[in-house]
Amino acid sequence: MFGESFVLLSASADAGFLAKLNDPAGLNLGDIIVTVLFFSILMILLKKFAWGPLMGVMDQRAELIATEIEAAEKSRLASEQLLEEQRALLKEARENAQSIVDNAKKQGEAQREELVVAARAEVNRMKESAAIEIAMEKEKAVAAVREEFVSLSILAASKVLGKEISEEDNRALIEETIVKAGEGR
Amino acid sequence: MNHENPSFELFGIYFNPANIMMLFITCLIVFLIAFFSTRNLKMKPTGMQNFMEWVMDFVKGIIKNNMDWRTGGRFHVLGITLIMFVFVANMLGLPMAVVWKGELWWKSPTADPVITMTLATMVVVLTHFYGVKMLGAKGYFKTYLQPMPFLAPLKIIEEFANTLTLGLRLYGNIFAGEILIGLLASLGATSAFGLAGALIPALAWQGFSIFIGAIQAFIFVMLTMVYMAHKVDTDH
Repeated sequence: MFGESFVLLSASADAGFLAKLNDPAGLNLGDIIVTVLFFSILMILLKKFAWGPLMGVMDQRAELIATEIEAAEKSRLASEQLLEEQRALLKEARENAQSIVDNAKKQGEAQREELVVAARAEVNRMKESAAIEIAMEKEKAVAAVREEFVSLSILAASKVLGKEISEEDNRALIEETIVKAGEGR
Repeated sequence: MNHENPSFELFGIYFNPANIMMLFITCLIVFLIAFFSTRNLKMKPTGMQNFMEWVMDFVKGIIKNNMDWRTGGRFHVLGITLIMFVFVANMLGLPMAVVWKGELWWKSPTADPVITMTLATMVVVLTHFYGVKMLGAKGYFKTYLQPMPFLAPLKIIEEFANTLTLGLRLYGNIFAGEILIGLLASLGATSAFGLAGALIPALAWQGFSIFIGAIQAFIFVMLTMVYMAHKVDTDH
């Protein structure tokens, strides 16, 4: 059988070698032809219908993955840059806000100081004017009382003396007396 | 075990119709698997596409182990077809062997030395073809003088030894597996007692034969690429 065929193959170096080869008891040349033919056809068909398209898809995928990775890398860089920018902006904004708050505080302080000073001055001014007014009123009242007292004194004196005392003649005297009386009090 | 082979003659050439039928069935199965698993291909693979892509990457890995991908890429299709073909051929004889009128019809095509030797010879002839094509005739003959000119006779013997071992290794593994399965099956067919005795070993051996069939397909493609690399790569 098969074993024999190889024994034959090695042993038959004689003239009938090819004849022996192509013999059902030896080798089936037909099988060899059919094997090569079938395998070649299978390979060609598979390349056309199966491996070709599959390889195409796999290559496409590899390409897609490569571009995707590249794009991801790019967008990562872009976002990193953006983040850095945003961070800088935020820092700047924070500094601005801080300075604004500081300024406002300072301004407020100054304003408060100013207000307090103004209020104090106003109070002082009002106090002073009130004092002046009081003094003036007092002066006026004293003068009025004095005048009234002079008239009353003259009236009383004229009644006591029983005669008309000329106001014009004695006023100077009376007033002198009143001042003395005032001093004596 | 001593079955005759069917035979017919056409144009003075003898054919074994059983071999032709089994080769045709093998080709058909391989083609159908590959064809239907590569319908509506998607960027995000599902189901059988995943499997076929795994096979492709597997063969790609084998080639990359042996040579530069720029050189080896052209053998990708050969490698995938070869591994699928040999694997399916190895599997076909496992579930059954059909003998009709004393002639063996259903078996693994790779259990026939004519077919395995044809495949091996085809591969080796292809290595020589690509050796001449890619290195030029001068470069091709130079490889025989590497690494030492006096080793040239050994290099020539190596070519024949490679062909013989590549074909006969596959044949021997698959044929032996089928012989043992046949023996266990005939033991199981003798009596109920025989069936009980043969069941477990038969199952175990069939499982092991699947493993052997896969390993042999892998080895066949691996060695194909090793021999190819010897011929087309100048670095080795």
